[in-house]
Amino acid sequence: MKRRWTLYDPRLAWMLVAPVLLLLIFFLVLPIAVMGAYTFFTFVTAGVETSALTTANWHEFLTDSYYHGFLLKTLRVGAMTALLCGVLGYFPAYFIWATTFKHKWLLLLLLIVPFWISFTIRTFSWINILGEQGVINVALLKMGIIHEPLQMLYNEGAVILGMLHFLLPYMILNVYVSLESIDRTLISAARSMGCTSAQAFREVTLPLSLPGLAAGLLLCFVLAAGSYVTPQLLGSGRDALFGNLIYDTIMGELNWPMGATLSIVLFVVLGFFAAVYTRYMGMSQIVKGLGG
Amino acid sequence: MRGTRRKQEGRWAWRLTGFVTVCVYIFMFAPIVATVILSFNASMFGGFPMTGFSLQWYGKLMANEAVLAAFRTSLWIALVTAIVTTAIGVTTAFALVRFDFRGKQALSTLVILPALVPETILGVGLLVLIKAVDQPRTMLLLVLGHILLAVPYVVLIAQARMIGIRRVYEEAALSLGASRFSSFREITLPLLIPAVVGGALLAFTISFDNTSASLFWRPAGVETMPTQILSMLKISISPEINALGTVMILVTVGIPLIGGLILQSLTKLRRRGEPKEETQ
Repeated sequence: MKRRWTLYDPRLAWMLVAPVLLLLIFFLVLPIAVMGAYTFFTFVTAGVETSALTTANWHEFLTDSYYHGFLLKTLRVGAMTALLCGVLGYFPAYFIWATTFKHKWLLLLLLIVPFWISFTIRTFSWINILGEQGVINVALLKMGIIHEPLQMLYNEGAVILGMLHFLLPYMILNVYVSLESIDRTLISAARSMGCTSAQAFREVTLPLSLPGLAAGLLLCFVLAAGSYVTPQLLGSGRDALFGNLIYDTIMGELNWPMGATLSIVLFVVLGFFAAVYTRYMGMSQIVKGLGG
Repeated sequence: MRGTRRKQEGRWAWRLTGFVTVCVYIFMFAPIVATVILSFNASMFGGFPMTGFSLQWYGKLMANEAVLAAFRTSLWIALVTAIVTTAIGVTTAFALVRFDFRGKQALSTLVILPALVPETILGVGLLVLIKAVDQPRTMLLLVLGHILLAVPYVVLIAQARMIGIRRVYEEAALSLGASRFSSFREITLPLLIPAVVGGALLAFTISFDNTSASLFWRPAGVETMPTQILSMLKISISPEINALGTVMILVTVGIPLIGGLILQSLTKLRRRGEPKEETQ
């Protein structure tokens, strides 16, 4: 017993985690705490504020429907993206899991490769597909189906499409990891008891894969609702989301107290969804999805 | 009769699954393929139809000093990020898996947070903090920020691998008189190599690719590759940007693929000498 204590001494553990702990305190915890305090600072003029405490920023946020509109739109776009990811991502995850194809790893690798390609490039590459001179418009014009190029870029649909492109691999890998943990004999058992394959799927496979689906939905929702670059590149001014609002408030108007207030709002709102999720599903599923 | 109907029902569902899967793969790769093809377009304007094959945009790119500077900056930041993040991430994972200490659960949740909190919030938070203490934005700040963003992934990868390594190996080395450090270096670290390489590659990519947070954190006048692309896109989408995208795709896909191949041959080599390695 005594030997064990010296072998796995907690003091040594603290030394090992010290660098990460310091980094997390100074770059994550402290900034968010200071940001919380900043929401009560008084905005004087662009780039200048005083530490005289006021609730003006919160008052402005809570009463101005301009901000509410942004928040609602961000939540709506995030939810739509997450749902689309769920529907479109489940099929490939199931296919890769169930296929008898020998080189499954190749199918998985093909999903991981887009992760490596620069996010900015993947986002702007949609301009080559949807733009006036993009693949779709040029093909349709050549075939004589349309006579004017379709306006497919710079609207909400394009923003959601871009985010879908970015988030689908997250969803597929999450669902795949949770399918992979299903004991396949359960399905054979269901089949031998007389279930059709559809029934076996509905009664066994689907319920057991729900944790992965839920983790994927949360991840996609949080990442979509917090996005900044995609609405910037593929959306018009009207499609700006909460992230763009925060960026413009701080980098454009230099209104730091209001920017801090908006950031805390987004943090609390998304944190609320994550907390509800962990309350029912636990943290471990997200960890599996991110690490896988 | 019923049997065949059931079978057919199953076959249709399976065909639908396959069809959607193919569509998703096309969806994932179509824009990337279009970008690569268009980078060879001879025309001035980025778009179809192609007017001829040309390498001129790659030439233009090689002469673009701003792009080259941004590329060098990003490369350095990503290298430092990969090395530091892997070092502290692996030791953290080691501590979290092997040791019991108070607050372990809280720490392992805290470590994942940077991957879940939107980058805009992380970006603003750090800026507000340094504004509050009246410090300028520096390169060091940018690098430390990138380390923060990459740490969750490295810790998760190393943790997953660490769980599969039995502690009896270390305990045997220790009981034979090895020091804590040399048992880690001689026993644990070699077994962890796949996670170390994998984590380093991922950290490199995360840093090289980071856009949103870098927009907030970069010092005045410094552009990283993604922020440079973003500012070029404000003007217009040109074949030069498509060429730049193609080069970036080659770099970011090529490096991990080569790394993965090295990794595979490393594991194969070790498997030969070591018959039983318990993996999870």
